[in-house]
Parts: sequence; structure tokens; C-alpha cells
Amino acid sequence: MKTLVYIDHFKGEVQPASWEALGVAKSFGSASAVIFGTGLDALVKTAFEFGADEVLTADDPALTDYRAEAFASTLSALASSGTVDLILFPTTSRTRELAAMVAIDLNTGVLVDVTALSLEGDKLIATRPIYEGKLLEKTICSGKPVIATLRARAFPRPAQDSSKSGSATKVAAKTDAPTTVEGYTVAEAVVNLGDAGVIVSGGRGVSNNPSLTPPVGMDEKQAEIWRAQQGFKLVGELASVLGGAVGASRAAVDGGYIPYSHQVGQTGKVVTPDLYIACGISGAIQHLVGMRNAKVVVAINKDADAPIFTQARYGVVGDLFAILPALTEAFKKKLGK
Amino acid sequence: MKIIACIKQVPDSEAKVKAEGGQVSWGDAPLVINPFDEYAVEGALQQKEASGGTVTALCIGPESAKEALKHALAMGADDAILVSDPALTSLDTVGAARLLAAAINKIGGADMVVFGRQTLDDGSGITAAQTARVLGWPMLGLAGQIKVADGSVKVERVIEEGRQIVSAKLPAVLSVVQSIGEPRYPSFMGIRKASKAVIPIWSLSDIGASAPAPIVSRAELITPPTREVKCEIITGESPAEIADKLADKIIAEKVL
Repeated sequence: MKTLVYIDHFKGEVQPASWEALGVAKSFGSASAVIFGTGLDALVKTAFEFGADEVLTADDPALTDYRAEAFASTLSALASSGTVDLILFPTTSRTRELAAMVAIDLNTGVLVDVTALSLEGDKLIATRPIYEGKLLEKTICSGKPVIATLRARAFPRPAQDSSKSGSATKVAAKTDAPTTVEGYTVAEAVVNLGDAGVIVSGGRGVSNNPSLTPPVGMDEKQAEIWRAQQGFKLVGELASVLGGAVGASRAAVDGGYIPYSHQVGQTGKVVTPDLYIACGISGAIQHLVGMRNAKVVVAINKDADAPIFTQARYGVVGDLFAILPALTEAFKKKLGK
Repeated sequence: MKIIACIKQVPDSEAKVKAEGGQVSWGDAPLVINPFDEYAVEGALQQKEASGGTVTALCIGPESAKEALKHALAMGADDAILVSDPALTSLDTVGAARLLAAAINKIGGADMVVFGRQTLDDGSGITAAQTARVLGWPMLGLAGQIKVADGSVKVERVIEEGRQIVSAKLPAVLSVVQSIGEPRYPSFMGIRKASKAVIPIWSLSDIGASAPAPIVSRAELITPPTREVKCEIITGESPAEIADKLADKIIAEKVL
């Protein structure tokens, strides 16, 4: 079976689930990594190191910035030869669009956010969560090529062999796009919750530290946000010691405590880390659907009846402003950091 | 400006959804407008307020989906159209996109078509991009902010790495995220207007389409085993003692 694997990157930073997709492709046969952009040499080398049999690049200034239409047309042209059986993507904001458009171009179907993929006879069976993970469906795509985007961390990442290298095969870029990229406002810190092995999240509770006195001159709302930001510092310190990312509940995002990109749950991200520590999060169903498949959940909340404890392996009923710094210190000592 | 908001009806988020005889069952849980699509209606209404024009809510679904359209009307949409046909038994995203594009053409086009980010049921989040591709219109996905001026639209797309600012000439297809602003509550007058509204139903032949053959089909539906989580509450004399015990427990789980 011949698979194209789309390596999703932003200014050269690869979404690591791209490599997981490469590993899946290898298990089915030949894997061709596809990389679009400019200045791609380092990415080409890395793709070979992760096991690509060949690397196809469209290196063109018109593809420096992601633009859905140009990227989709370039990919569709590559896959339209009839020899491609499968196109795999990591599931990201960009690839949902790309997969969607390529499927229209090639008149085939897309299986999004796949968590398991198996070959039964000559049929690919994809398992994917639906209804916010309340159900799983096994789906079949009768079109060719089959297009699937894979959920981050659902598949093993192949070993990287730095001795491997090769040269890229250049392919033609389709540069027509009806959109103009005018610029970026990049968040202070890039949040990649989907790929995080550890997530420490804060909720409304992080704004409730009574022992803090906000600077004079703040109104009530400003003071609440200031308090919450002090609380999120504690969340961030624990995340940093554990090498993890900072998440948030919708209440914290709506309160203006932290940007939307940190939000876990129904209107945010669905995450599956190995460890999820929920601090001051009561656990509304909309939050639980976003994190309940974490391997180990820890809840710290002053309300013993908070629903978050129904999902937690370990719970602490208490003051997160006392527990969090102590926990950060304990891990620093025990992990030798 | 002529704006179309595409919406879907889904079981409420609180619904206990199960697999029963290979079908999805949500018991007697209410069907509601897809929560993400409330943001689409909100975004569409904001643009109408900024530039003038009309908002049409468009939905594919069974007759019961009129209730979701009524919610959009109650929020302030000017009119609503339901595409419904007994021949529509199983519809994948490609099929839905082709039908939406046909319905949009039948409406007479638009300046802007707005979608929510994804639906609660299938959750693929790809129908907007597929509809744009079928129409041949620019796709501006995951918009957190929209500005229209001089026949062009500029959006801030909320992506993993921050925000990408992209512009395109109208007509265009957009999908919106939560940063667009909280969906407004239906007003009392809006609810009265919606309850009296006669929502036209367009069949497949009305939009000049035939039932698309699904390319993606479901082979099996599984209710995932419910995770029995027993919570062990960690206690101690001091925060330091609790933290010490908890850290040991977490380290023993070998998840770090």
C-alpha cells in the first residue's frame, strides 16, 4: 500500500503527530512524506530519520504561509495519479481543512481524528470517537485514496534514527489561492495541548486566593483577573517542573484569566495526556468530555462534592494555593530538578 | 450584505448517548441547535449589525430540525430554510457539503456563509471547508474576529501557534470559534417571532440535487466501556505532607 503522509508544520516547527502518522504509514507499506513551504532541508532530513521511504517537497515562496486552497491543490495534484491508496495527516487546525478540500477534489471521503486504523483484507477500518467521545465508530471509506487525520498521541511515535538521510523529490506547487495572509499575532507561549503528556489545568478556583491584595487602582474585574493570573503562575510552575502544558476550563477562559488556546473541553480541545491535574476546576460535563480519557487524573479542589472527583484517580480536598506550591517543591526534590 | 448561517441540530451535550442495535440513541434527551453553531449565528448577526443586510439560517435535517432553526430566528436571524427529504438517510460530510452548496446557490448565493467550528455529533469539523471547495469560494476557517470592508473580509484565525490574519474577497465561507463572542440569548420578541415563523422545507428536487451516495459508512458503533474511577483522597497534616504523598503516588503511576 502506498501512503502519502502530510507533515504539518508552522514555520518549520512540526506537529509531532505527523511522525506518528509516518509510523502508521510504514506499518502498511511504503510511506512518502509530503512537505510544503520554503527552506525545508532540516524537515526533509527529519522525515527520513523518522522512516520516510521518500520525501516529496513543494518548495515555493507562495507556500511559505499556509493557505488552504494552494496547499490543497498542490496535494490533490500529487495524489490524483491513482497510485496513492491512503493520505494520512495529523489532526490540526490546518489539516482538517486540507483533508476536507482534497477529499472534494478527489471525490473521496475523510475520516477525522482517528484513534485506531487497521487493515482487514483490503479494507481500512478507522476507529474514531463521536458524540464528544461518548461513542466510538468504526468507519470505512469506499473512495480512493482513503483520507484520514490521526489524533495526536493515539499512535506510537516511530524511533528517530539520526544516521538516516536522503534527498527530497521536488514536486510542482499550485500557487493559486484566493486568500492573502496579512500577518500573525503569535501567542506569548505556543500551547500544544494535543501533544502534551502532562497537562496542569486551572479553573475558576485559581482566582479565589483571599490572601492576595491586588495593586491599588484596580476595579473589581481587573482585581479578579490579576488574582487569577497569580493563581495561573502556580499552575504554570507545576506544569514546568513536570515538563507539561497549561490548560484551562472554559470558566477561566471566559473570565479573561488566560487565552482561549489553553481551553480544554467541549468548545476547546479534547486532550489525552498521561497525567491531567485539574486545579480549582469543578468539572462541568463540557470540561469532562475534553479530558476524561487522560490516563491518570488528579483533582485539587476545595469542594469535596465537585464532579471533577468522579473522574479523578487521586484527589485533594483543600486549598490549591497551599497545595500547588508544595506539590511543585515535592516534584522538584523527587525528580531532582 | 447577504449572510447565511449553516446550522445543525444535535442531541444536547448532557444527553446520555449510547449505541443501541447499531444505532445512536440519546433516549429522551432534547435535540438542540449545535452549540458551536450558535456562535455561527452570533457571528452572522454581528456582521449584519456592522454592515446591514440579512441573515438566513440554513439547516439539513429531519422536520424536527425546524426547532434548531427557530432558535436561530429567535436570536435574530431574518429567515430560515430547512433542507429535508425522505431520501436522505445517511449523509456523510462530502454529501452534506454538496447539498449545502446546492441550497446556497438556490437561495441565490450570498456574500458570506458562516459555520460553527464543528458539530457535537460527528465532530469532524470539515463541512465548512468542503462547502467552500464545492462553491469555489475562499475558506477562512476558525475565525475569532471578522471585519468586512470594501467587498473584502479580514479574519483572525485562531490556530495552534497563535493567530493568523487572513483576508479574501467576498463571497467567502467562514467558520467561527468561541472568541467571536458569546451567542446572544433569544429575546422575548425574537421567541414570539420564531414561534410564528413558517419555515420552508426544500426537498432534494427543489435544490436540483439527488441523494448523494455516502462514501464514508459506519461499520460498527461501540459504546466505550465506562471507566470505573475510584478516587483516592490524599490527606495529611500539612500541605507539604499532602504534596509529598501525592507526588509519590503520581510517580508510582509511571506517567511522568
